[in-house]
Amino acid sequence: MNITLSITTTIYEFLLEYMSEGAANIGAMITIALIYLAIFAVAGLYLVLLERKIAAWFQLRLGPNRVGPWGLLQTMADALKLVSKELTGTVKADKFLYNLAPYFVIVSSLMALAVFPFTKEFQAFDINIGIFFLIAISSIGVIGILLGGWASNNKFALIGAMRSGVQTISYELSVGLSLITMVLITGSLQLSEIVEIQKNGWLIVQGHIPAIIAFMIYMIAGTAETNRAPFDMVEAESELGAGFHTEYSGMKFAYFFLAEFINMFIIAAIATTVFFGGWLSPFGITESIPWLGVFWFMGKTLLIVFLMMWFRWTFPRLRVDQLLTLEWKYLLPLNLLNIVLMAIIVWLNLTIQL
Amino acid sequence: MSYFGDIYKGIKTLLTGMSVTGKVFLNNRSNSITQQYPDNRETLKMFDRFRGEVVMPHNDKNEHSCTGCQKCEIACPNGTIEIIWDRQIDPETGKKKKMIDQHIYHLGMCTMCGLCIEACPTDAILWAQNYENSVYDRSALTKVLNQPGSKLMPGVED
Repeated sequence: MNITLSITTTIYEFLLEYMSEGAANIGAMITIALIYLAIFAVAGLYLVLLERKIAAWFQLRLGPNRVGPWGLLQTMADALKLVSKELTGTVKADKFLYNLAPYFVIVSSLMALAVFPFTKEFQAFDINIGIFFLIAISSIGVIGILLGGWASNNKFALIGAMRSGVQTISYELSVGLSLITMVLITGSLQLSEIVEIQKNGWLIVQGHIPAIIAFMIYMIAGTAETNRAPFDMVEAESELGAGFHTEYSGMKFAYFFLAEFINMFIIAAIATTVFFGGWLSPFGITESIPWLGVFWFMGKTLLIVFLMMWFRWTFPRLRVDQLLTLEWKYLLPLNLLNIVLMAIIVWLNLTIQL
Repeated sequence: MSYFGDIYKGIKTLLTGMSVTGKVFLNNRSNSITQQYPDNRETLKMFDRFRGEVVMPHNDKNEHSCTGCQKCEIACPNGTIEIIWDRQIDPETGKKKKMIDQHIYHLGMCTMCGLCIEACPTDAILWAQNYENSVYDRSALTKVLNQPGSKLMPGVED
């Protein structure tokens, strides 16, 4: 099968036949953005459904099974309902910031999707500082949460937003440092190049002990950064109502909700790309068919998403002081030690090359 | 050093927790406890301790074991049970004896506390496991537990 996978150039060349160079460039960007938006809005909805099903199976329930076969249309129906709902707000809310906040959250999470190599050359935007871009973009989302909590003029929303600030700013350090540990092996921040290097064995194999430590730290910090349980003090239902999005309704609420799930997908996708070889198949069994890489990428990502859902339905919620103790007293020092360990291993050429 | 010991213990307990939930996840198919009620109306059977409503079992000779002692009526906290009784002549012995005429049970008032069933010395009343108790008329909730023409099972009072 001969499918052209480099979508950006394909669409650009297609448009170039009809319009000038500049217009074709902009047209290609807009087309790809729309395709990504449509695909990942639906994918986010199905992640919600997956979460609900997995939650049900962990709790000896059946989960949604009424709308469509096996409940497959449940979240679609929910989204339609949310679109048709009235957008309410508080009287004393800061209207401008209140309306701006959901877009900050959703746009920052969708922007991060642009740089992932779903398979060989199937990448919207192959930037040479990929990992750096991802870390930077994933930090912008917290501004939306802080704005939403502040502008709602509601004490629960404000407490939730402030907790989110504490949490995300602390755990970003660990996410960044654990990824830097892996960058020591690859010597490149470009995601496509990181995947190329893993043809000699996935980085978690190449880096063995420090890579496994880095992966564990990354999973803990990544779960914290997406504000999911056991780190969901931001929207702790039993304490804060719904946290920072208490005052949001309808589609604005749906944006926050969708962003949470897309963020989870992004954290899992980064882990796949950096630790588990991205779209590479195990032992290169399907190397001759590059478009199969999409399925390998999605499969690995969904496995890690499942791991995060497993965390959610196993561990109890942390207190704020426990959260900060975990980050500043355990994860951060361990991470710094781990970087030194990894540097020594790379320096002495002790990495495992298959 | 307790610092690294704590980390080891922390990871170990986290993995223990995950193995417990993981086992539940994998075994879910066989022991999912959800009943999809209106679909399985024919086969759904309530568990033994379910408190549906109070009934008085009768045997095939239309005999019950209520002696009319009124202990259930006294035990009931909100007057759900009313017993209408009188003294009649027992045809076997020829003596006057207390017998129930109607054992009236107001299901609409019952809080399902079960004190009457605990108080009953002869196990004349029991819990039934039926669960579809809604009706269109409130008066249908007032039930007479003893069937018409029923009498006391011989040997219960001995």
